[in-house]
Amino acid sequence: MKINADAGRCVGAGMCALTAPAVFDQSDDDGTVVVLDPEPPEALRAAAEQAVRLCPSGALSITP
Amino acid sequence: MTEAIPRRETRETLPITRERPFDPPDELGRWREEATVRRMTYADGHEGWVVTGYAAARAILADPRFSNRPELLHSPFPNRPIRREDLERMPPGFFIRMDPPEHTRYRKLLTGQFTVRRMKLLEPRIAEIVADHLDAMERHGPPVDLVPTFALPIPSLVICELLGVPYGDRERFQRDSATLLNLETPLDDAQAALDDLFAYLHELVLRKSTEQGDDLLSGLISAGELTDREIAGMGLLLLIAGHETTANMLGLGTFALLCDPAQLTVMRDDPGSVENAVEELMRYLSVVHLGPIRAALEDVEIDGRLIRAGESVLLSLPLVNRDPERFADPTVLDLARSAQGHLGFGHGVHQCLGQQLARAEMRIAFPALLRRFPGLRLAVPPEEVPMRAAMAIYGVHRLPVAW
Ligand code: HEM
Ligand code: SF4
Repeated sequence: MKINADAGRCVGAGMCALTAPAVFDQSDDDGTVVVLDPEPPEALRAAAEQAVRLCPSGALSITP
Repeated sequence: MTEAIPRRETRETLPITRERPFDPPDELGRWREEATVRRMTYADGHEGWVVTGYAAARAILADPRFSNRPELLHSPFPNRPIRREDLERMPPGFFIRMDPPEHTRYRKLLTGQFTVRRMKLLEPRIAEIVADHLDAMERHGPPVDLVPTFALPIPSLVICELLGVPYGDRERFQRDSATLLNLETPLDDAQAALDDLFAYLHELVLRKSTEQGDDLLSGLISAGELTDREIAGMGLLLLIAGHETTANMLGLGTFALLCDPAQLTVMRDDPGSVENAVEELMRYLSVVHLGPIRAALEDVEIDGRLIRAGESVLLSLPLVNRDPERFADPTVLDLARSAQGHLGFGHGVHQCLGQQLARAEMRIAFPALLRRFPGLRLAVPPEEVPMRAAMAIYGVHRLPVAW
């Protein structure tokens, strides 16, 4: 599983950092998404997928 | 013989009368059964739409072909027409009413101050503010009205703290923002309240330009990208957007819990379920109950309906958050369910900037209140609690409680 994040689309709502804190954080400068773990273990898949669904700006995706 | 004329779904304005305090108007529920994207007449006679389906609302809020610019929007409420001269007086930096890329420019300057991590740092201060108000309630003794003693002052103090607004000025804020959001306030008074808030914040920004603090306004000043009027406008937006919304979640949420002792027990006694519980209250109560509104910039088809360029669309969050296609048993308050994905904070580029702050406030305030007063109860029969039916943000006007 590979995490893709487009910081240009991100609106800094923080749903990703809230839902999957082991995978996502937010930059201190502008609050946009920072991927902590671009290839997280399978155990984090459910949380990562939930973050993708909840992201309001469509900035996140997962490639298998 | 004349044929039966099919019932036209137009020329009907938004139903706002509720039969029960926590449920949206039954008529709106019937509208959703007719169509999740349905015709509705706006106050100026404009034939626009109301959206009551979850999937359609999410799609529209995420779609750049729908604009939030006020000059394109029609107002659904007879007593709140959108007037040209008011628009020209709209404060600069009021980015909730802009589209990208202007919107992006302003929002990005603030998102760094609202991250999940930054909001965690505020939690001890929020807990102190909550404890101070519980102490005051205890000293006063029952009964008290929970709105002025708890629900209103806590979010107001938290936002003042964030912005760096001196404590002594907060009453002026509460009065002005209440005037502003009351749909029954005459337009000129609402505009005067807005002007007063803006003038105050502008003064404050000028003061802070010479004596910087570590607050949000000072941060925007030192970023050096905005004029002081823009910074004041952004401060005004945060105050208006963050105060009355959170206050009504606290007031209405407590009312809902007091009416449902089993759910109240979950919130009070099970710290592990507080996160879920707050999401479910957001979904169930949907206090932003008469919006958001958008205008189509081009013709767009949603759920089989063709929304034409220029037409206004009202997203009815209470209905959307009770869409049976998305949430099982949607009319039931069930703090144990996973309500994630509700649209109580909106969706898309305008999704609530302050949501992590609002969550922190609710997660701290509800359990603290219920633990301090384990015998908390309504001091009047539930049907005597006055509801804010006509207000932009739904909630209770007063909530008399005893313990
Ligand atoms: C429980 C409390 C709250 C609720 C229910 C709520 C709800 C919402 C909703 C539905 C929107 C989207 C409006 C739209 O799409 O047109 C929004 C936007 C916004 N909210 Fe909140 N909010 C809450 C608390 C706060 C707090 C505490 C703050 C700030 C301190 C805040 C600041 C904002 C701002 C600045 C926007 C505009 C964002 C943008 O346009 O990009 N809100 N809120
Ligand atoms: S949820 Fe989406 S918009 Fe919000 S911070 Fe994460 S990537 Fe950005």
